[in-house]
Amino acid sequence: MDFFNDEHVAAAKDLLYKMADDQLIIGHRNSEWTGLGPILEEDIAFSSMAQDKLGQSEHLYNLLHELGEADADTVAFTRNANQFHSCHLVELPIGEYDFSLVRHFLFDMAEFIRFEMLVNSSYENLALIARKFKGEIKYHTMHANTWVQQLAKGNEESKARMQSALNETWPLALGIFEEGKYDKVLKEAGIFEGEAALRDAWLAQVTPLLEKAGLSIPQNAEPVYGGRYGNHTDHLQPLLDEMTEVYSIDPTADW
Amino acid sequence: MSNENTTVIPYTRDEILTILKEVKDPEIPPISIVDLGIVTGVDVSDNNDVHITLTPTFAGCPALKIMEDMVADRLKQVDNIGSVSVKTTFDVTWTTDLITEEGKRALLKHGLAPPKKNPGYMELDVLSDTPCPYCNSRNTELKSPFGPTLCRSLHYCNNCLQAFEGFKPV
Repeated sequence: MDFFNDEHVAAAKDLLYKMADDQLIIGHRNSEWTGLGPILEEDIAFSSMAQDKLGQSEHLYNLLHELGEADADTVAFTRNANQFHSCHLVELPIGEYDFSLVRHFLFDMAEFIRFEMLVNSSYENLALIARKFKGEIKYHTMHANTWVQQLAKGNEESKARMQSALNETWPLALGIFEEGKYDKVLKEAGIFEGEAALRDAWLAQVTPLLEKAGLSIPQNAEPVYGGRYGNHTDHLQPLLDEMTEVYSIDPTADW
Repeated sequence: MSNENTTVIPYTRDEILTILKEVKDPEIPPISIVDLGIVTGVDVSDNNDVHITLTPTFAGCPALKIMEDMVADRLKQVDNIGSVSVKTTFDVTWTTDLITEEGKRALLKHGLAPPKKNPGYMELDVLSDTPCPYCNSRNTELKSPFGPTLCRSLHYCNNCLQAFEGFKPV
């Protein structure tokens, strides 16, 4: 990356880590629906999305490797919770299906817009994969929106469940956009417009969809921050312990 | 030094592509990787060193590494070929529009509805009336945008009452 000075490299790494870690962790959570989905198609959907996210995270870790970090497996499997940059939204347990569905809706809408913005990044290798990922994540947002609309307009129970899941996930979703240490640098270098711009674009897109579903967006919600700086809930470390179980026994194992 | 005067005639790009037509998608064997549109670069040096560039269909496709190995293995069997290297990059973004007509026919024959042309935007209605690969009716509905592999969707034909899979446009 000739055009990067040291600060640009640090900024790009910070951005890549938060994206890759979000993808890895939500990918793992999605995979926990394999075999447990409420209907077969949802089982397959969450499993497919898990596979997409894990694949995408690997390519993002590969970019980090190009910038001098360790290889993808080492980075994914040898860090402790306090070294992860993922937001709290993605690390919480899958809970009931309504929680996982609304989380999926809010997270994937943000992710789709993030990659849409990155298509124009001055960081060319990131722009290339953003163009690819955008097309894949579009299927995730279509899936999420279809079910949010249907269930929010279903019966009294489904509507109540969707509203309560939204109340629970909304402050966590706002935590996606915690201001990054390098937001200004990223913007100046033309790498990324920053978390605040992403949040505004996200609000502009999710608000009408939630209104159309008849759901009320919680007012004056306090964003749940901390994840981007390594402060996590008690749920992340057990997830990592499970995810890295085989690797920890034998780092050279092939599976 | 003994081969110093032997003239090596480099393979052409088309000759290499013809050879690679024998390499099939491990998840959908009737279609070759060339017809799938994932071979995005063929470089042959004067002494027949071959460098192939592939592009992923889906970032999470588990067959990426397998296909790289299959390409390398096949080319190493070719007479007078020098070194062989294969790399997967995102330099060319794969879309289903890169699947050749021959490739689409192979998908159909396999019972998989070929992808529609990507209209440049993607909403579920694009997938809603995918023609049935069995009876060609458009009276079909999308059951799920996710299927048994990342590249497939699930559909149902109201005409011949068959469930079928489609190759989803990206």
